[in-house]
Amino acid sequence: MKLTLNVWRQESPDSGGRFETYKLNDVSEDMSFLEMLDVLNQQLIEDNNEPVQFDHDCREGICGSCGLMINGQAHGPQASTATCQLHMRQYADGDTITIEPWRASGFPVIKDLVVNRSAFDRIIEAGGYISVPTGSASDANLTPVKKEVADEAFDAAACIGCGACVAACPNGAAQLFTSAKVSQLNMLPQGQPEKSARTRDMVDTMEAYFGSCTNIGECTAACPKDISLDHIARMNRDYLKAQFSKRS
Amino acid sequence: MSILDSRSPEGALAQKWTEHKFDMKLVNPANKRKYEIIVVGTGLAGASAAATFGELGYNVKCFTFHDSPRRAHSIAAQGGINAAKNYHGDGDSVYRLFYDTIKGGDYRGRESNTYRLAEVSNNIIDQAVAQGVPFAREYGGLLDNRSFGGAQVSRTFYARGQTGQQLLLGAYQALARQIHDNTVEMHIRTEMLDLVVKDGVAAGIVTRDLLTGEIRSHSAHAVVLATGGYSNAYYLSTNAMACNATAVWRAHRKGAFFANPCYTQIHPTAIPSSDEFQSKLTLMSESLRNDGRIWVPKNADDTGKVAAEIPESDRDYYLERKYPSFGNLVPRDVASRNAKTVVDQGLGVGPLNNGVYLDFADAIERLGQDKIAERYGNLFDMYERITGENPYQQPMRIFPAPHYTMGGLWVDYELQTTIPGLFAIGEANFSDHGANRLGASALMQGLSDGYFVLPYTIGNYLAPKLGDQPVPVDDPSFVDTEIAAKENINRYLAVKGTRSVDWFHRELGKIMWDYCGMERNRTGLEKALSEIPALRAEFESDVRVLGSAHTLNQSVEKVNRVADFFELGQLMCQDALMREESCGGHFREEHQTAEGEALRDDENFAFVGAWEYTGDPAAAKLNKEDLEFDDVELTTRSYK
Repeated sequence: MKLTLNVWRQESPDSGGRFETYKLNDVSEDMSFLEMLDVLNQQLIEDNNEPVQFDHDCREGICGSCGLMINGQAHGPQASTATCQLHMRQYADGDTITIEPWRASGFPVIKDLVVNRSAFDRIIEAGGYISVPTGSASDANLTPVKKEVADEAFDAAACIGCGACVAACPNGAAQLFTSAKVSQLNMLPQGQPEKSARTRDMVDTMEAYFGSCTNIGECTAACPKDISLDHIARMNRDYLKAQFSKRS
Repeated sequence: MSILDSRSPEGALAQKWTEHKFDMKLVNPANKRKYEIIVVGTGLAGASAAATFGELGYNVKCFTFHDSPRRAHSIAAQGGINAAKNYHGDGDSVYRLFYDTIKGGDYRGRESNTYRLAEVSNNIIDQAVAQGVPFAREYGGLLDNRSFGGAQVSRTFYARGQTGQQLLLGAYQALARQIHDNTVEMHIRTEMLDLVVKDGVAAGIVTRDLLTGEIRSHSAHAVVLATGGYSNAYYLSTNAMACNATAVWRAHRKGAFFANPCYTQIHPTAIPSSDEFQSKLTLMSESLRNDGRIWVPKNADDTGKVAAEIPESDRDYYLERKYPSFGNLVPRDVASRNAKTVVDQGLGVGPLNNGVYLDFADAIERLGQDKIAERYGNLFDMYERITGENPYQQPMRIFPAPHYTMGGLWVDYELQTTIPGLFAIGEANFSDHGANRLGASALMQGLSDGYFVLPYTIGNYLAPKLGDQPVPVDDPSFVDTEIAAKENINRYLAVKGTRSVDWFHRELGKIMWDYCGMERNRTGLEKALSEIPALRAEFESDVRVLGSAHTLNQSVEKVNRVADFFELGQLMCQDALMREESCGGHFREEHQTAEGEALRDDENFAFVGAWEYTGDPAAAKLNKEDLEFDDVELTTRSYK
């Protein structure tokens, strides 16, 4: 198929950006979206133009590196699918596709389609863990965990940290990302001792970088791993409770 | 040629590690902060090691080329992690896990390391559960297990099809806690370009900031490489796009021996490639072989038919037929080679006739679609997204793909390379899997090395150095290495040739796959050894790298990595040519039984081949570590 691409090009964080239009003449429907961009880059290199920079790595939807706004949708049109798993059979001959980086004040653009998502690491560093030094654990079966709880904790833990939730949110809020980790750890028996401090510290750090949640729900719609809004509710509840608990 | 000493402790196999832990020197808690340790890589091995060093009180500098430590490729491991918990009372034990692993590796692994791996496997599960890793559980709330290839007990712990993700996030979170506590200084988007060695001892590394292009030196008392494997030498593999061998290869050029480079694992269950633009191959977890049945049509005429239209009598469930006791759960090397055999016979299925069926119809009938969805739902969804076919309704198509490399930097029992002060852990070393790795053992080894082995052994190296300062970064050893790294990049930018880096990588990959892939022979390997240097020469004079080295430039990143793959590819072929036997993932056509199974030569090849860099990639020098088996008897592996 033939495609027209409008791709955001930006030299550096401080420089202005612009859309460039490129034509591709021979795209196969079995290609992944990123393989289509590989073809574009190959063509650019042949024409002595600098290739488009974009983050990507595993190309199987799990590392969370890739993330593009495709025709205004985070990760494109297919539900529950990261950009790297999107395939060109979703498009038709003659389509025009607009490709942009994540747009959010918490994710400054670095170059072309690459953004800085380090704020996510700051949130995890603030408390997204259970403090258990290596070697101090007791036997794994000593603490049974209800299957339903383990399953729900897994659903939250499936987050890949891609940032689509923030990019899709009109407020640029990171509640879905933060709550997925808060919820996973707060739900498990192992996570109880640090529950209040974790919730408070992670939420406070989140608010230093990102916008506020107004319960729109675009985040969960864009999420490639179907993280549920329920986790945000749980985080809010735990945050409120934490206000009444002593600082530990 | 010299003979290498593994420095495995004396004594009974089951006591070696316990006694050695007592014999090793300790660094007292107050003195640990006087030491600097560099950890390169943040996968399971690197993140777990860096976090543990930080907890112990060492000063750690940790490096990743990703934008976050959480993106390392361990995250993509699907199936599970082995441990000898025997929670199901089906006869498992540390010894059985050790035995299965050494046998699965076709008796080309080191007994003492492999035993230690099995021994600490249980600690890993305890640690991960305490971190909040959401492993699958039964209704009673206890941990669930599944079985995996090469074992007859159920010992694999799993978190749906995302076990690697959950274990890596556990290690990443432990690392994040240390970053927050300032014991670990994290350097993201920073790639190691070279190792610095002074007076024969590892002194630090030279890195490139991938955003600014800045070349910088970092010194330390010890350097740990946890940089993964080299399957991307084949270009198409299940590895992530950026996985590369530069760190280990540069260390090799500086004196670290490279062991068993020809031991590569071709995983039996990846999605076959669909066209020439294919950039990587996607794995479908081996755990699928628990419930899926592998078959091809008996007649080549049926390969174009819809699977459902081929009656049972016209299907060949070739693994069940040839290996009745292990069936579809034979080890990876056996499953892969058999798939290649039937495809080569013209029985391959799919539009390009390049796959075999992995069929869940029986399992769905037996257990119901819901149960299958619960076990493998995310894998089935992934398959459908990639191929456009629904595996609940028609069988998956699969074909082997390069996946894991058992070879790597040679290390002794303490995981130290031949350069004092340089350690290699996880897939980057060679030590635990012999010539073939069993499923669910890579996660086990990465975390074993990082959490439970190196934190002990590194103390033994560091203790006598109390009071020594790291080599200053303005020392000529650092300055010269920085200059060489810059010149290397500038040289490639100046070529201004006609072909992209990717084009050369793809061409190299074809040579490697054709001649050093699932089956190897002398003629092919010799051909590869003449074609690789020719392609390399073309690369040096015709590669096109556009843009500047002082900004984010992915072509600059790639050109360094591909240059190193050329040399490593050459060594892989040399090693494969030297090893005149078939073992595990290394199958030489000249050495097979009448039934087409691998034929080992224990008399002449029960050794680790550890190569030494001489300055000329074509003239690497072979050193040997003799493999001694005190506890197991070398038998021909049989899975029949």
